[in-house]
Amino acid sequence: MSDLSQPAAHPPVTDWVHDFDHTDPQWTDDPFPIWDKLRAASPVVHTERFLGCYMPTTYEAVREIANDTEHFSSRRIIVRDVRPEITSRNAAPPITSDPPVHKPAKQLLLPPFTPDAMKKLEPRVRAICNELIDGLIAESRIDAAERYTKHIPVRAIAHMLGIPETDSDLFINWIHMILELGIKDENVLLQAVQEMSAYFAGQIEERKRKPTDDLISYLMNVRDEEGNPLEDSHVLGSLRLLLIAGIDTTWSAIGSSLWHLAKTPADRERLIAEPGLIPTAVEELLRAYSPVTMAREVVKETTISGCPVKPGNMVLLSFPAANRDPKMFPDADKVVIDRRENRHAAFGLGIHRCVGSNLARMEMQVALEEWLKRIPDFRLDPAGTVTWSQGTVRGPRQLPFLLGKAM
Amino acid sequence: MTERLRVHVDPDKCQGHARCKALAPELFELDEYGNAHEAGDGTVRPGLEDKAWLAKSNCPEIAIDVIEE
Repeated sequence: MSDLSQPAAHPPVTDWVHDFDHTDPQWTDDPFPIWDKLRAASPVVHTERFLGCYMPTTYEAVREIANDTEHFSSRRIIVRDVRPEITSRNAAPPITSDPPVHKPAKQLLLPPFTPDAMKKLEPRVRAICNELIDGLIAESRIDAAERYTKHIPVRAIAHMLGIPETDSDLFINWIHMILELGIKDENVLLQAVQEMSAYFAGQIEERKRKPTDDLISYLMNVRDEEGNPLEDSHVLGSLRLLLIAGIDTTWSAIGSSLWHLAKTPADRERLIAEPGLIPTAVEELLRAYSPVTMAREVVKETTISGCPVKPGNMVLLSFPAANRDPKMFPDADKVVIDRRENRHAAFGLGIHRCVGSNLARMEMQVALEEWLKRIPDFRLDPAGTVTWSQGTVRGPRQLPFLLGKAM
Repeated sequence: MTERLRVHVDPDKCQGHARCKALAPELFELDEYGNAHEAGDGTVRPGLEDKAWLAKSNCPEIAIDVIEE
């Protein structure tokens, strides 16, 4: 059996401007200076890797592409080594949908994710956070990713979907196979998609016998504009989306936030003294450490910020790079936790705005509030190593912390 | 500040980020999909001017106008 823990290697990058690679270890560890270099070279850069791929480097270029559904399709949303034929129009609707089918598919998913709906879920998330803290607070040396950040979003989305929170490890493994290993290995990706589909097909069958009051039953019961139920493939695709999008994105955002606070005592102390500032700080942490980079496929020739782009290439739609654009954000490379004007693009721009953004914001706020309340003193463990995920979602996967004042 | 302010959300631009509702709950409402519109006729009561500008400057879709009347 091949080693499933680490993605296969690409040749190392020596010329970032003309040969960038977002899976290169240098990018994974510290992408910020790379984006600066690329932005200084051009608003849109190109690499021959991944069968040809562009990357907008400025906020403006990212916005132009995100708002242009005529030239840029969402049928492919991950930049990968291979580009097989598209066989399913219901891959993961609505994130993989283009107009005109996008809007009705998205509207079905929006009501369960409004801010009011998230308020009802909040007590469960607070309880999950406290349960996790109970399990680690007595220790002085922990991996906060393994013990805390990793479990919050997966258990929250499992709770919403009505699937066992105890299956979390299964879900986390599928996400790793799809979003990281799958970039370079088609078989691993297909295996995860098949396992996930079989799992959800079983859940759907159970609910046909015994309906429940959860998000899976909701999707099975919604009707489209003509009053018809969704095709099974649509329900399955949307369930795959909710699980994939709901897990390591927010895990990453919470992890990056705690990582920042562990190494920035002034910000940590201020948030403890002024917990009312946490929602504003969360926006700034989202801007500065945006976890998600989406992709588009160029389907018609056009220009972006004066740069020609050709069909057949992919686009690495880097919301994180946009969020570090100094033309858009003064002191873009500084984390200013009380930044008032913050039009960041961490949840995307345009019609594909993240359906779960209200969920993610609530989870981040609650996770930070509960942690800071109970563990005000923590810092990075100099004996450990912080590691970062690769590819579509960026966040700490190992987060060694020392807890307590004495440490 | 003596002029009267009014906020307006362009429904074609709004994508439901809900930043306006979080920052200025007195001035904005969300529909069942989480998309925003101005509360009432959008009039900004005295004392809420700062929140109106804050909502405008935080909308990722640039969907909010603050109109000075």
